[in-house]
Amino acid sequence: MKLAHFFGFGRTAEIGSAEDRLAQASQLKLTWWRFRRHKLAVASAVIVILFYLVAVFADFLAYSDPHDTDSRRSYIPPQAINFIDDGAFRPYIYGLKGTRDMRTFRISYQPDLSRKVYLTFFAEGYSYRLLGLIPTNRHLIGLVDPRPEDNLFILGSDLLGRDLWSRLMVATRVSLTIGLAGVTVSLFLGVLLGGVSAIYGGAVDMAVQRLIEIIRSMPTIPLWMGLAAALPQSWSVLQVYFAITVLISLLGWTDLARVVRGKFLALREEDFVTAAELAGAGQMRIVFRHMLPSFLSHVIAATSLVLPAMIISETSLSFLGLGLRPPAISWGILLQDAQNIETLALAPWLLMAAIPVIVVILAFNFLGDGLRDAADPYG
Amino acid sequence: MLAYMTKRLLLALLTVWAISVLSFIIIQLPPGDFVDAYIANLSASGSVVSMAEAESLRILYGLDQPIYVQYGKWMLRVLAGDFGESMEWKRPVIVVIGDRLWLTVVLSFAALILTWGLALPIGIYSAVRQYSFGDYVFTFIGFIGLAVPNFLLALVIMYFSFTLFGANVGGLFSPEYDLAPWGWGKVWDLIKHLPLPAAILALAGTAQLIRIMRANLLDELRRPYVVTARAKGLPDTRVILKYPVRAALNPFASTIAYLFPYLVSGSIIISLVLSLPTVGPLLLKSLIAQDMFLAGTIILLLGVLTVIGTFISDLILMWVDPRIRYQMD
Amino acid sequence: MAEPAVLEVEDLKTYFRSEEGIVRAVDGVSFEVRAGRTLGIVGESGCGKSITARSILGIVDRPGRIEAGSIRLMPSEPGQPAVDLAKLDPAGAQMRAIRGKEIALIFQEPMSSFSHHYTIGNQIIESIRLHSTLSASEARARAVELLRMVGVPRPERRIDEYPFQLSGGLRQRVMIAMALACDPRILIADEPTTALDVTTQAQVLDLLRSLQRERGLALILITHDMGVIAEMADEVVVMYLGRAVERGPVDDIFHAPKHPYTQALLRSIPSIMAEPRSRLATVSGSIPHPFNRPTGCPFHPRCPDFMPGLCETAEPPALIDATGEREVACFLHGGRP
Repeated sequence: MKLAHFFGFGRTAEIGSAEDRLAQASQLKLTWWRFRRHKLAVASAVIVILFYLVAVFADFLAYSDPHDTDSRRSYIPPQAINFIDDGAFRPYIYGLKGTRDMRTFRISYQPDLSRKVYLTFFAEGYSYRLLGLIPTNRHLIGLVDPRPEDNLFILGSDLLGRDLWSRLMVATRVSLTIGLAGVTVSLFLGVLLGGVSAIYGGAVDMAVQRLIEIIRSMPTIPLWMGLAAALPQSWSVLQVYFAITVLISLLGWTDLARVVRGKFLALREEDFVTAAELAGAGQMRIVFRHMLPSFLSHVIAATSLVLPAMIISETSLSFLGLGLRPPAISWGILLQDAQNIETLALAPWLLMAAIPVIVVILAFNFLGDGLRDAADPYG
Repeated sequence: MLAYMTKRLLLALLTVWAISVLSFIIIQLPPGDFVDAYIANLSASGSVVSMAEAESLRILYGLDQPIYVQYGKWMLRVLAGDFGESMEWKRPVIVVIGDRLWLTVVLSFAALILTWGLALPIGIYSAVRQYSFGDYVFTFIGFIGLAVPNFLLALVIMYFSFTLFGANVGGLFSPEYDLAPWGWGKVWDLIKHLPLPAAILALAGTAQLIRIMRANLLDELRRPYVVTARAKGLPDTRVILKYPVRAALNPFASTIAYLFPYLVSGSIIISLVLSLPTVGPLLLKSLIAQDMFLAGTIILLLGVLTVIGTFISDLILMWVDPRIRYQMD
Repeated sequence: MAEPAVLEVEDLKTYFRSEEGIVRAVDGVSFEVRAGRTLGIVGESGCGKSITARSILGIVDRPGRIEAGSIRLMPSEPGQPAVDLAKLDPAGAQMRAIRGKEIALIFQEPMSSFSHHYTIGNQIIESIRLHSTLSASEARARAVELLRMVGVPRPERRIDEYPFQLSGGLRQRVMIAMALACDPRILIADEPTTALDVTTQAQVLDLLRSLQRERGLALILITHDMGVIAEMADEVVVMYLGRAVERGPVDDIFHAPKHPYTQALLRSIPSIMAEPRSRLATVSGSIPHPFNRPTGCPFHPRCPDFMPGLCETAEPPALIDATGEREVACFLHGGRP
C-alpha cells in the first residue's frame, strides 16, 4: 500500500488528466493497466506463454520419436553439447560407442570421446504434422550424418532408451492441454452453477452451496483414484484423456463457482446495474452487457489459479498410474519412471521432468495473484 | 449457536451420505459383479462353478435386485460393521485395513498440528515484520511449498537423503517394530518416524496458511482498534497477540475445514513414495487389482474420518468467533 | 490565563521516510493544552492533525518518526520535572505508563475502534488493571461505574456484551468510558463525532463537555468540522499540510481570521443566514500530493492572496503576537525575508 493512500491524501492536479483516462477505460483495460505494474506477474505471463508455445511446437522441438525404444541405450546420462569447435560456432556432441558386457553379452553404449558428431538446425527426423495439419519431418535440431549407434540425449534416456528431452516436449503438450481442457470444463460448470445459484437464489442457491461444501470437505485424491481406476482398461488413450479431464474438473469447479456467485451478488447491488434495470434493460442484456464485463477479469484471475491445481491433479494421478496410461506421455507419466529410490540412484536425471512442473505452477500462481490484484485492488 | 451446530451436523451427515454413494459407485463401476470376480477367483484356483451355483450366489448377495436396493443392503451391512471381504486377501476388509486407517489419521493429524504450529507464528512474524529479511525468506519457502507437489518433494528428499546420507527415509517404523504388537516402545518408534513425512505433507498447506495469516494480519494491523489498544498503554507484543492476531485467526480457522481433507488426500500420495504403512499404498493396490470392496471401504472410511475432522474444526471455529456464537454478522 | 498548561508541544516534526520520499506529516507545530480547557485542531483530511495526536501518544506507525521538537508533559505533582514525550522510547515502559493513564485517546470509528472478539467489559477492565493494582472484581465494579457515568443504560448487563451488539452512539459512549478508565489528565478526541448522526453527535459532545467540567480534563479535539470547533473549543490550531498556519482563541479565529486558509475554511461553512440558492464557497483546488509538496508557503497554489515571487520562494515564519496566544504564518501579516 502506498503511503499516500494510507493517509488519505487527495490526488494532485497532475493526475487529473490520467483520471479522465481512467474514467473512460473499460474494466478489462483497467485490469490490464494495473496488471502491467506487477513485474513478477508479467514475467510469469511470458513464461506461461513460452510453455504453451512449447506445447504447440512440441514435435518440432523434439528430435527423436518419443516412443522409440532401444533397450541397449537404457539410462544414458545427459550429453553435454559443446558449442565451440576450433574457435567457430559449431555445436557437437560426442558419439556413442557400443561395448559388450562380457558377463551378460549385452551391448551397452557409452560416450566415445574420440569422435565428434555435429549438430544441425532444421534437421530431418521422424514425421509428424506441424500444428496438427502440415506434414513435415523437420525438427529444430538433429545430428549430421549419425552412425546407427549415435543418438542425441540432451537430458539423457530412460529405462527403455527413449530420449527424455523429446518425451518432455510432448509431455508438456499433453499436461498443459489437459489442464486447459480441465479448466474449460470447470469454468463451464463454475459459471453455470455459480451463476444459476446467484440468479435464482433460494432453494437452488442453497442446494448449489451445499453441494460445493460437500465436495470441498471430501478428500479428493482417494475419490479421483477410485473413479480413475474404474475407467475400463479397454479405453483408448484419447478416451482416457477425456475421462481424466472430466474427472479432475468435476471436483475443481467449486472455486470458480464461488467467485462467480460472490461477484454476481455483489454486482447486482451496484448502482449501474440498478440504473440499467430502471432503464428497462432485459435480464439477459443486464447480465451480458453490464455485469459480465465487470467480473470477467475476476473469472480470468480465478481461472489462472485453478489451472495449476488441475495440472498437479493430472500429474499426481498419472504418477500413481491411475491417470493417463502409456503410450500417452505426460509429466506425471515421466515422473512415474522416477518413482523408486533404486531408479533415482541409477538415473537421477529422470527427476528433470519435475522442473517444468514446478516452474509452470509457480508461474501460474504469480500470474493468478497478479491478475487477482489487478482485477480487484481491494480484494 | 445450537442452530449453527445443527446446520453443520446436517451438512456433515449429507457429506457422509454423498461419500457413501460415491464409494458404492466405485465398487459397482468395474464391469462384471462381485460374483464374476469370485468365480474367476475360484476358477483360477481350480474349482469349477456351475451357472446355477453362480445364480444362487447372486441371489445370496442380492445382486439380482435393483441397484438402489443393493445400495441399501450394502449400507445396512456397513452400518452393522460388515464391510465385506477383500477378494485379493480373502479376509474381511476391516482386518486387511487394520492399523493402516489409524496411521493415516495419525499422519494427517500430525501434519495438521505441524501446519498450524508453523503457519501461525511465521504468519504473525511475516506480517509484523513485513518486508524484513525473514519475511522474504519465508515468502520464498512458501512459494516453493506452493509450487512443488508433495509427492515430488517426497521424491527429492528421498533422493538426497539416499545420496548424501545413504539413509532410507521411508516407513513409519523401524524394522524391529514393524510387525511387533502395540506397546509404548512402538508408539515411541512411531513418534520418532513421524516428523519427516508429516513435514513433507505439511509444507504445501503451511505455505498457504502463512500467506493467508500474513494477509489477514496485515489487514487487521491497520484497523483502528489496534490504535485504541496501543493508546491504552499495552505493550506492543500484547496488543498484537490479543487483538489483531485474534481477529486474523477467524478466516484462518475457517481454512481448517478444507485443510484436513487436503492433508488426508496428500497422505495417500506421499505414503506411496515413502512406502508408509497407511491406507495409501493399500488403496492403490486394491484399485489396480480391482479389489473393489477393499477400495470402496477405504474411500468410505477416509471420507467419514475427514468429515469428522472437518466437523471438529467447525466447532473450533465456533469457539473462536463470538459472532457465530451470537448468530450475528 | 488561570489554568496551568498540562502539555506543551513545541515545533513538533513527525516525518515518514520511505523510498518514495519524505512525507512531512507534521512539520513544526506548537501549542499548549490547559487543564479544563479545550484545544481544537482543525484542518482538511491529511493535514497532519491525527498524526499530531499519535505523536503525542507515541503511537506513530512505521516508518513515521518524531524528528524534532518537544512534547512536554507537565508533572501531576508540583515539584517534579516535566517529561519530554518526544524523547521517550515509544515502546518503553515510561511511555506506556503515560499512555492511557495520563493521556487517553478516543477516535473516529466507534465501530472499528473496538475489537469484536472481546466484550466491552474485557476491554475496559484491561485498561483499568493495566494502570492500577485493582483486583479483577474491583476493576469490574469500576468499569460498571464508568459505563453508568457515560450514560450507558443497565451497565451491569451491557458490560458483558460485545461491541457489535451496541448502537453507534452507545459504542462511542463506551469508548469514552474506556478512555476515562484511569482518570487521565488529557483526553485526545480524534474526530469523535464524525461517524455519528447529528442528534447522537450533540449528545456525545454534551457528554464530553460535562465530563471535562467535572474532572478538569484537558481536551484536545481534532476535527475537520468548524461547527464542532465553534461549539467546543477554547483555543484553535488550524493546520495545513503539516503546518500550523494559524493559532488563537476561538473567538479571534472565528471573528478575525488572519490566514487566507482559515478565511477560506470559514467561508465554506454552510449558514442558515446565507441567501437562498447561493453557492457554498469552497477552498479552491485540492490538497497537493504529499510527495509534491509546494515550495514556499504550502498553501500558495490555492491561495486567493498569492503574492508571486514571494509566497512560492520562502516559507512564512510563524508570527506570534504580544499576548503569546495569537500566531499566524503568512507573509500578508509580515515576516518577509
